[in-house]
Amino acid sequence: MADPIEKVSIIISKGSLEGIYPGLIMANGARAEGIEANLFFTFFGLDAIHRKRIDHIKVAAVGNPGMHMATIVGALPGMSALATHMMEKKMSDLDIPPIPEFLEMISDTGAGMFACKASVDMFDLTQDDFIPQVKDIITVGEFYEVAAGGHIIFT
Amino acid sequence: MPTATITGVAVTLNDEGFFEDPNQWNEDMAVELARREGIDPLTDQHWKVIHFMRDQYFEKGTGPTVRVLGKTSGVTIKELYQLFPKGPAKMAAKVAGIPKPRGCI
Repeated sequence: MADPIEKVSIIISKGSLEGIYPGLIMANGARAEGIEANLFFTFFGLDAIHRKRIDHIKVAAVGNPGMHMATIVGALPGMSALATHMMEKKMSDLDIPPIPEFLEMISDTGAGMFACKASVDMFDLTQDDFIPQVKDIITVGEFYEVAAGGHIIFT
Repeated sequence: MPTATITGVAVTLNDEGFFEDPNQWNEDMAVELARREGIDPLTDQHWKVIHFMRDQYFEKGTGPTVRVLGKTSGVTIKELYQLFPKGPAKMAAKVAGIPKPRGCI
């Protein structure tokens, strides 16, 4: 049998609902298997840990072929909110927690959460803009130190 | 099907070390199974989780995931990971003598 995975560091770079959840599910799932896990939020992925934006994460209704509808339909007002509402309902039925609760849960599993310094500077943010579970704002070099000895997954 | 001897009794385990038949399990075995997982001794909180896992298994046919444990067992997620550092649902299922719970959350 192949060597088991002992550690993963997961980068979340997108700010849409479908861009954020996979990384969270992978981090939580890693911890459930006893695998050490860290989450690193960069670019629009920072919305997932932003106090004011965390409750307003939406599904991308435009530029998303997975929606299987004409781009012009996706651009209609309220379409993104509708798609988000439908997906949240389905996830709630499956007992997948909303993003704020999920992040709190993942933090409680002992996973580390970090924000990318370059993105934080670019968006003029500070540690105070983030939920308290975020341990630190770190550089890419520091991220590699945190990730040392494990696998890196970019989402 | 591999068999193992726990506290002198032959039991059937799957390839990952989980019980095939939860009725072969008893509390003495849990102490021994926990020791093999590096948990020694089993505290009251450990037992609370172990009994909850078994109750859920016999009620629903599958053990609870960490998410369900955190919501319904009365033990917080944080504490679950302190009690069972190598993954609460997985480790507790192994010690509780039930199959590994399946679920992504």
